[in-house]
Amino acid sequence: MNALKRLLPYLRPYRTSILIGALVAVLNNAVGAAGPWLLKLAVDGLQSGVTLGLLAWYALLFVAIAAVAGVLRFYMRQILIGMSRHAELDLRNALFAHLQKLPASFYNKHRTGDIMARLTSDLESVRSVLGPGVMYPLDTISMALFTLTMMFLLSVKLTVAVLLAAPLVSFTVFYLGKITYKLHTRIQQQFSALSDCAEENLAGVRVVRAFAQEDRELGKFNELNHEYVRRNLAMTRVQAAFMPVMVMMFELATVMILLFGGRGIIRGELSLGDFVAFVGYLSMLAWPMIAVGWVANLFQRGAASMKRLCDILDIEPEIAPPPESRRSELPRGEIVFEKVRFCYNDQRTALADLDFRIDAGKIVAFVGRTGSGKSTLISLIPRLFDPTEGRVLVDGIPTTEWNLSELRAMIGMVPQDALLFSDTLRANVCFGVSDATDEHFLVATDVSQINRDVESFRSGYETVVGERGLTLSGGQKGRTALARALMKNPCILILDDALSAVDTQTEDQILGGLRRFMADRTSIIISHRVSTVKHADEIFVLDEGRVVERGTHEQLIALGGYYTELERMQRLEAELEEIDEDSRI
Amino acid sequence: MSSYEDHSHEEEVLGKAYDARLAKRLWSYIGDQKNKIFLAVVLLVAGALAELAGPLLVKLAIDRYIAAKDWPGLVHIVLLFAGVSVAAAGLRWSEMYLTGSAGQFIIYRLRMKLFERLQRLSVPYYDRNPVGRLMSRLTSDVQALYELFSSGLVAIVGDIVTLTGIMIVMFVVNWKLALITLSVIPFLILVTFIFRKQVRDLYRLTRLKIARLNSYLHENLVGIRVVQLFNRESRNYQVFDEIGSDLKHTYMRTIFFYAVFYPAVELISAVAVALIIFGGGGMMLTGAVTLGTLVAFIQYVERFYRPVRDLAEKYNILQGAMAAAERVFKVLDHPIEIEPPLATNGISEQVDHVSIEFRNVWFAYHDEEWVLKDVSFIVNAGESIAIVGATGAGKTTIISLLSRFYDVQKGQILINGTDIREIDFHPLRRLMGIVLQDVFVFAGTIAENIRFGCPDAQRTEVEKAAELVHADYFIKRLPHGYDEPVMERGATLSTGERQLLAFARAVMCKPRVMILDEATASIDTETERLIQDAIAQLLRGRTSIIIAHRLSTIQRCDRILVFHHGRLREQGTQEQLLAQRGIFYRLWQLQYGGGHTVSQPMK
Repeated sequence: MNALKRLLPYLRPYRTSILIGALVAVLNNAVGAAGPWLLKLAVDGLQSGVTLGLLAWYALLFVAIAAVAGVLRFYMRQILIGMSRHAELDLRNALFAHLQKLPASFYNKHRTGDIMARLTSDLESVRSVLGPGVMYPLDTISMALFTLTMMFLLSVKLTVAVLLAAPLVSFTVFYLGKITYKLHTRIQQQFSALSDCAEENLAGVRVVRAFAQEDRELGKFNELNHEYVRRNLAMTRVQAAFMPVMVMMFELATVMILLFGGRGIIRGELSLGDFVAFVGYLSMLAWPMIAVGWVANLFQRGAASMKRLCDILDIEPEIAPPPESRRSELPRGEIVFEKVRFCYNDQRTALADLDFRIDAGKIVAFVGRTGSGKSTLISLIPRLFDPTEGRVLVDGIPTTEWNLSELRAMIGMVPQDALLFSDTLRANVCFGVSDATDEHFLVATDVSQINRDVESFRSGYETVVGERGLTLSGGQKGRTALARALMKNPCILILDDALSAVDTQTEDQILGGLRRFMADRTSIIISHRVSTVKHADEIFVLDEGRVVERGTHEQLIALGGYYTELERMQRLEAELEEIDEDSRI
Repeated sequence: MSSYEDHSHEEEVLGKAYDARLAKRLWSYIGDQKNKIFLAVVLLVAGALAELAGPLLVKLAIDRYIAAKDWPGLVHIVLLFAGVSVAAAGLRWSEMYLTGSAGQFIIYRLRMKLFERLQRLSVPYYDRNPVGRLMSRLTSDVQALYELFSSGLVAIVGDIVTLTGIMIVMFVVNWKLALITLSVIPFLILVTFIFRKQVRDLYRLTRLKIARLNSYLHENLVGIRVVQLFNRESRNYQVFDEIGSDLKHTYMRTIFFYAVFYPAVELISAVAVALIIFGGGGMMLTGAVTLGTLVAFIQYVERFYRPVRDLAEKYNILQGAMAAAERVFKVLDHPIEIEPPLATNGISEQVDHVSIEFRNVWFAYHDEEWVLKDVSFIVNAGESIAIVGATGAGKTTIISLLSRFYDVQKGQILINGTDIREIDFHPLRRLMGIVLQDVFVFAGTIAENIRFGCPDAQRTEVEKAAELVHADYFIKRLPHGYDEPVMERGATLSTGERQLLAFARAVMCKPRVMILDEATASIDTETERLIQDAIAQLLRGRTSIIIAHRLSTIQRCDRILVFHHGRLREQGTQEQLLAQRGIFYRLWQLQYGGGHTVSQPMK
């Protein structure tokens, strides 16, 4: 329940609404409580010779009371439930803003589906606490107060008799709710087992078929499915009892009133009108009694969900801008790695003994096997990770002391998987800049050569790409991502194997354009292709996180190491391709 | 009830709340639960009648006993009332339990049917439908249908019974007062109608906006690096806030209609009560109506409005269920593209000598993009062949065709002279021990994974299989040995260990043919040596096809087939092929470093 305290800050902006909502709820119940009293007057009047005119007045007044109460109830719901949606938005935005600050290491540890579940279903249970969880107690308490007062006025004895039943109802609801919650957890566990089984089966469909295990898989699923039904039936048994038991309790209370009230009337202590009014009040009280138990369960679930939300909110971003951040007065793009070592989650060493300088204005390339640490190395420059030991300096300032957004603003990164957003091409290209000029846009799309493809799109740059739009080819995605990085007019451009899906001829043209565009700025290229890196000012060969070879293309070829081998293989590959060209049938 | 995640928006489209064609088909799934449902309806009617008796009993108590000051009579009728209440609760409870359980059993069967269908649907179907989507069919859609059977169908019958019951009782007791009381019904219908339409449209809109919010959120979580690198945090926050505010706006409109609807229904019911006071009171003054009748009518009015209020919710259930049924039936109706033969040409699992022939095989995954072009070769019984070629040469496709995951477009694949399309799936696949490149490990223990293909195998057989392929070395080192639990997808095992596990799994069922897609990933030298030994064991005395990436594997085979761009270009022994100085020669130079004796993984 402590977790729910964390909700208070989100309610604070709406305290006026809650106050007004509470007032409206009190007022509404005060007015509503007059209804059954009018019935009493009418019934008693009918027995002591009332005029038709007076009856008409009673009837009109009854409708008027319902109308006023109705208007008040309208406002109560509008204000209080509406408030919960406002607070939900605030909370969701707070979560989103926090998620934006969390570093790559957080996203390596948490599955997207899990985070999504927290921001959707958990948020909804918390919202239920803010909405119905606030409204019903306010409504219920004030209604109970007024109704009970009227009932006491009518008959103390009868009220006491009925009140004895009230805790029983609330307790029953609470108890059933508790059992339901427990059964629900058991069902959820079985549901997970069932979906895990199905998901595994569907994902491993080829293996299942290859080993002819369809029938046994069916049997396994059948067993889990059976148990799932069994647990659901246990739940159905309890849930099916809920409403009938509630109705029964209410009816039994009516029976008590009929019995004791009837005796009172026979003895002349009560009038028939009193009796009718009493039954009226009882029916008003029925729902609040049920609601108490219901709301208690709502709070229980809300607390569990809020805890899951707090788990996210309480994670301190590891990579935060320093309190007194620095920036380069004249950004040049000089990069220095100083005795850098890096481990993921303090285990496997991904990078070690990195000690080198990249002068501003140079083109530098990194090559090496998959898993040799190239991508990790470059992700230290825009501070996606911090080195475990040593420092990375950009323009002489350690990355940890940089103003984070300024540092990232001067870096244009084209990641390996060119993730585009489902938006127009133009919006994707202008992703990193808020004040894009047409001139700049033309240059960026021209250097990246994406403009040639766009000519063939009917809506040009207004074409929507991604999930709900046009599916681009790998090469087109890579070039769009390059244009996106160039749009930033970066001091440091980083290409993480970004052009692998682009054919060699286009790649040559792009590299030529880049050389002019990045003339006095720093470019870092990661590639598997010798043709991509051979014109670089300096080439680094990485192996198991260390620099094993370093030099220009000619120097490395002369070395006779990994790079030489790489060059030879790619030459052979090209020859192999030509074989097919020669002898095409 | 939590549902499986599904971010596809197209699937959110809602259709009609009632579709005769779908309803008829759903009805056919009731099957043996028909009796239960019939009994439930009987109990439901009885329960509704018992609940209707309440106000009548109050009327009797007032008119006959309280007015006559008859205490013993009052006690009697009160006891009767109590009895009826308890009975009504019992009836309702059993009815709700019966419908709930009938719903559970129907859904159980539907889920089974769906899963069964998924076990029969061909591999190409899985290429087109992501697992997440199929999971939604099995979980949230089936759940929506449960709601239909448990709280939709029968409850609607119950509401109709209650409503007509109240009307009948009212008319029997006093038709004039009944007419006066029920004169507000047109207003009630009007209000409900307007409300239902508004809320239905808003519900649809809400689902759409939630989908939009979720997909934006999803995109931002997946692309968080790009967002951070491009300093887009604040702008994306703004967009997120806009989408969220837009959703909130829709919620607010929905709240508005609910906030109007509930009081409106209460007001109409107050008008009905006022009419009873005025009209009934007037009649009472002339003696046409008793006080008890008046009280009973007021209570009936209250009961009349409850079912009407719930109508909107039930409408949503119906609508959701119909959309779900549509999607579920689509899976059930999907044709099985690769069908088992009608008349099977028997191939005995006992045959010792198996030969395989590809005869002029053409194959494409899409249209005319041929992956295999006019491929013909024969693997003689007991012969082992290595298939080599650059990436994209069509090697892996050969395995998929042999196991009939796909069918060839032109040509034939023959086993011992029989077209594999004439052999039933199971005997065909049991003939072969298949090791796929990407080893799929199931959650469970090591032993369970090894005996996956023959679940009845004894523990000693499992251990023997593991020993044969040298998997026992690493298994014995695990804390629980063969009973060591492995996580989903085998995350706790290394690539080499997974490979050995797959070998053990393949050899477990004593297949006649060995089909192996060698892993490309680099494996530490010690494990590599074990694997090489294991492969030698696997090949012994079996017809084998290996998609080879390692020189030592190739050297172990009797013959080499060289594929290039979908065609079989060269075949022969290593010496012959090297002497040819053709494609193999270059591949050999490219992938194996031109004669290094160390086996090196290909990139």
